[in-house]
Order: sequence, then C-alpha cells, then structure tokens
Amino acid sequence: MMNQKNLKIQSPKNEYETYHINTRKARVIQNIKKDFKANRELYYISFIIIAYYLIFCYKPMLGAVIAFKDYVPMKGIWKSQWVGFKYFRDFFQSPYFVRLIRNTIWLSLNSLIFGFPAPIILALLINEIGNKFFKRSIQTITYLPHFISMVVICGIIKDFTSDTGVINYFISALGGKPVTMLSVPKLFMPVYVISGIWQEVGWGSIIYLAALTGIDPQLYEASYMDGANRWKQTIYITLPGIAPTIIILFILRMGSLLNVGFEKILLLYNPGIYETADVISTYVYRKGLLEFNWGFSTAVGLLNSVINFFFLIAANTISRKVNDTSLW
Amino acid sequence: MRIKKTSGEKVFTAFNILFMIIMIIMTLYPMLYVLFASVSDSDAIMRYTGPLLKPIGFTLAAYKRVFQYPMVLRSLVNSIIIVLMGTSINIFMTSLGAYVLSRKHFYIKNAMMVLIVITMYFSGGLVPQYLNVKELGMLDTYWAIIIPGAISTWNLIIMRTSFLSIPDSLEESAKLDGAKHIDILFKIVIPLAMPTIAVMILFYGVGHWNSWFSAMIYLKTRDKFPMQLILREILILNDTSSGGMQGNSTIDDVQKIGETIKYALIIVATVPILVVYPFLQKYFVNGVMIGALKE
Repeated sequence: MMNQKNLKIQSPKNEYETYHINTRKARVIQNIKKDFKANRELYYISFIIIAYYLIFCYKPMLGAVIAFKDYVPMKGIWKSQWVGFKYFRDFFQSPYFVRLIRNTIWLSLNSLIFGFPAPIILALLINEIGNKFFKRSIQTITYLPHFISMVVICGIIKDFTSDTGVINYFISALGGKPVTMLSVPKLFMPVYVISGIWQEVGWGSIIYLAALTGIDPQLYEASYMDGANRWKQTIYITLPGIAPTIIILFILRMGSLLNVGFEKILLLYNPGIYETADVISTYVYRKGLLEFNWGFSTAVGLLNSVINFFFLIAANTISRKVNDTSLW
Repeated sequence: MRIKKTSGEKVFTAFNILFMIIMIIMTLYPMLYVLFASVSDSDAIMRYTGPLLKPIGFTLAAYKRVFQYPMVLRSLVNSIIIVLMGTSINIFMTSLGAYVLSRKHFYIKNAMMVLIVITMYFSGGLVPQYLNVKELGMLDTYWAIIIPGAISTWNLIIMRTSFLSIPDSLEESAKLDGAKHIDILFKIVIPLAMPTIAVMILFYGVGHWNSWFSAMIYLKTRDKFPMQLILREILILNDTSSGGMQGNSTIDDVQKIGETIKYALIIVATVPILVVYPFLQKYFVNGVMIGALKE
C-alpha cells in the first residue's frame, strides 16, 4: 500500500536511536494500518486529494530549483547544470532591479495605505445606516465590481482615463489639460490605486460587517446610559470590537506585500510607462514566458516569495508581541 | 431601544446617506455608461466626449454585429464549456477534500491538513507551474486551465468548515444502514451544505468565466480561446481586426462600429454574471467567509 511505502524507515545512526525511531514509526504505521482497515474508502478519497496537491503544488515547488540551474528543456530539470546563485546576482546587477523593487513597493504601499482602511471605513458607515433595505442595497451594489472580470474592468479604466474619456471631461471642465492617463508614467500609481479601491472596497467590507454584528449590543446600551455619543461609541466600542479582524487581515496583507495586482498591471501597462508600472511579477512573466529565460525568471519569482514570507513572519511576530493577536 | 438623536448625529446621518448615494452612483455609473454607449449610435459616440446620461439615439446594431463575428460566438461557447467542466470538477474535488478533512475519526487528517495549508503560503511560481503543465502534456488543452486549479485551498477550508457543522449522528445512522462514504457525501452532506455549495459554485464559476491569464499562457489555438481573451484583444490591445472581426465590412466600417461593438461585447461578457448574481447573492451570508477566518 502507498501509505506504507511512504513511511519506510530511514537508516538510523545508532542502536539507541534505532530503537526509538523503530517503536515510534512502528506505532504510527500500525495505527495507520488499523485505521486503513476501518476507513478504506476515506483513504482512497484522500489519495486523490493528496495526489492532486503533490502534482500541482509540491512538484512545481521542487521545480523551482531551476532558479539555481541552467535549465535546458531537453535535459529536464534534474539533469540540467547547477549554476548556484548566478541568476540572483544577474538580477541584483540588472539595470531593472532598482526600478522593479521601487515600483512594486510603491504600488503596494499606496494600495495598502489607501486601500486597506477604505473597507473598514465603508463598513463603519454602512453600520450606521438604520434602514435595513437601504443597507442591503448598498452592500449588494458595492460587492458587484468584485465579480466583474479584470479584462472588462481594465477596458473600462482605459476608456474612462483616455484623453476623450469621462474623467478627462471633468478635468478639462475644471480647467485642466486632458491627457491619456495611462501614457503618463506618474499617473499610473493613482489610476491603479483608485480603481483598485473602486473594485474591492465593497467586497472587502463584508468581513468587517460580519465582525460588527458580533459586538454585544449591551455595550452600546450601557455606554449610552453613561452619556457616550455615537462618535465615542465608535472609538471605544466598535473599533476595539473589530480590532482582531483588522489585525488578522493586516498580517495576511503583509504576507502578500509584494504581490501587486499582477493581472491588472499586465492589462493596463504598456512599454511607455514601464518606468513606473513594471513590477516584479510582470517582469517574471515577460522574462519567463515571453523570453524563455526560465531559470532567471524563476529566481526573481523565488526572491519575491521569500521577501513576502519574511514580511508575513515579521508582521505576525510584531503583532503577537504587541497585542496577542496572531495567525499562529 | 430608542435613542434620541442629537443634532450632530442628525447632520452625520444626512451626510452618511449622501455619501452612500454617491458610492452607489460611482459604483454603478461606469456600468451604466457602457450600457448606454452600447445601444447608442456609433457615429455619435465617436464624436461625443464626456459623461453619458442616456443613450444617444437607440440602435441594437452593435449587438447584431457582435453575434455576426464567428470568433465571438465561438469564444462564448468555449467559455461556457470551460465554466461547466471546470466548476463541476472544482465542486467534485473540493467536496471530496472537505469531506475527508471533516471526518471525526480519520488518522491522517491532521497531516493532510498541514500538507494543504502549506500551499496557501508557498507556491512554485509562474515558470515552474507552466513547465509542470507542459510536462504533463496539457498545453493547448482545456485541462491546463481546469486541472491545476481544481481545488482552491481557501474554498476547501470554507467547505470543510460547513461540513463540520453537520451533526455526526447523521453519518453514524447512515453507516448503520450500510451506506458508504460516497453515499453519505452525495446524499446527506452535500444536500445539507447546499448554501455553502451554492456560494462555491458562484466563486468557482465566476472565476472560470472571468479568467484569461491561464488561457493566454496555455492555449495556442485561436479556436479554443475563451471570451475573455477575445475581449482582451479588442478592449486592451485595441485591435478590432484580430477578433476575427474582418467579416465582410470595410476597415472604415469596422473602426466606426468598433467603438460601440466594444461596449456591446462588455455587456455580453458581463450579463451572465449579472444574471446569476442576485440568485446566489442571498447565499453569501456573512457566515461563509468569517467561518473560514475563525479556523
């Protein structure tokens, strides 16, 4: 059986260790054997699921070793030559290194600063609405953009920001000069961030609205008796009530700090604004799948993941120390 | 409890309602604009700049044209095939996974959970994933789009949470009657977890309908392209002719009608979502997402 093969005993170092490993492993194997007899069907189902994860998630993870290899498709991944950290050095020395890191962090940071609080504010405001029907309508409507395809959204963004588009109509009405915004490097960040908020603010507020319903109404009643107005209630009851949710989402967000909206940038940018719009993930795509620099592209992607993971750990550690809320 | 409002609070409420109305307009207006433009006269739209408050003229010419182009119809059919096949496989695989992970007595359950959760934080990256699909010989087939994403781990965990809330006694009594796990899953667990399954169908289905990137990197044959890829060519690359748009019209004609065709295509590509949205919307009670986060 497959499960037994996986658990083959490794060569032990000394007799003492042999004894312990053997008994522990033997116990595990015995338990699995017993369980297998009782739940044969469950095991068959889980083999399908495990196989899926091994083939489509873990195999590509192993495949990422081509970041350290001169990958030649004919030879395959394992027979290709090792090149060590060559691609990483290449990337650090490349003229695009600074630009890519700068753009990625700049876009991401601005999305974080403006995009992260937006759903919280929206949720707090929706929460203040008394009329149930109005409340539901606004929720339904603001969730909608989340479900519209990125291609359509970007098509609309392109249309609205073009020199004859709606946004420029207002700009020229206010005395400004109409420009095709997506061809001006310095305007890419605002277009990206603002359209991002438009797309996701409603959907992002769901989770906070759910957290808001979990706050004990008695707290509000009691504070009202003590003379707190709605502003004070928001500061002293509502915000502390949803703080754990905010923190968890913030930590998760830190873990994808360098994952900017890759598909969206790919659809919106053009060589004329690479200066501000090209980010690590779009560079990985062009290098890897358009220019076939497999190893180099993988190395850059790997670096991206490592930095992300570092931020996740850092945010989680800080949060655990400061206020006892953490992912693990 | 009734609370008397102070005048400051009244002002706030008024501003809040005003703000919400502005939010509604800002969210809906771009879509209304597209709708208005799609039924407008194409000459007038070419000349017009600024916000549309109603269609200029009224004609369905653009819609008629859209469906005359073979590539558009073809890609619509392709998208429907991908959505149906993809979502079925998603739901099947995700519910199998959620089922085994939600059993009470299953020895390797926790080890499996670890194996699965790790993939939420680590992935091989774009190129290794591409090479993997290539090695498996799935390039230029729909399997390349459907199989690698057969299970979304996030959705799996949401589904597991909802399966966990189904009482064990049901499983045990079914077992006493001689039911197998597969029967329990499809005849007891899934029907009871239908609200969650419906949300999953929405998430996966909309995801397939909207997806374009994996189709772009894995598909080579134009005849297999889904709607979103054709849409991308027309909207983003601004290339009306590449959408198989030559038809029998002159270039000038294509360009002129191109402007309104763009909008008509957006509507065609978005209507299916607008149609399923209200039906499924009632299901995504807040519990669905928060349940997963609490895990």
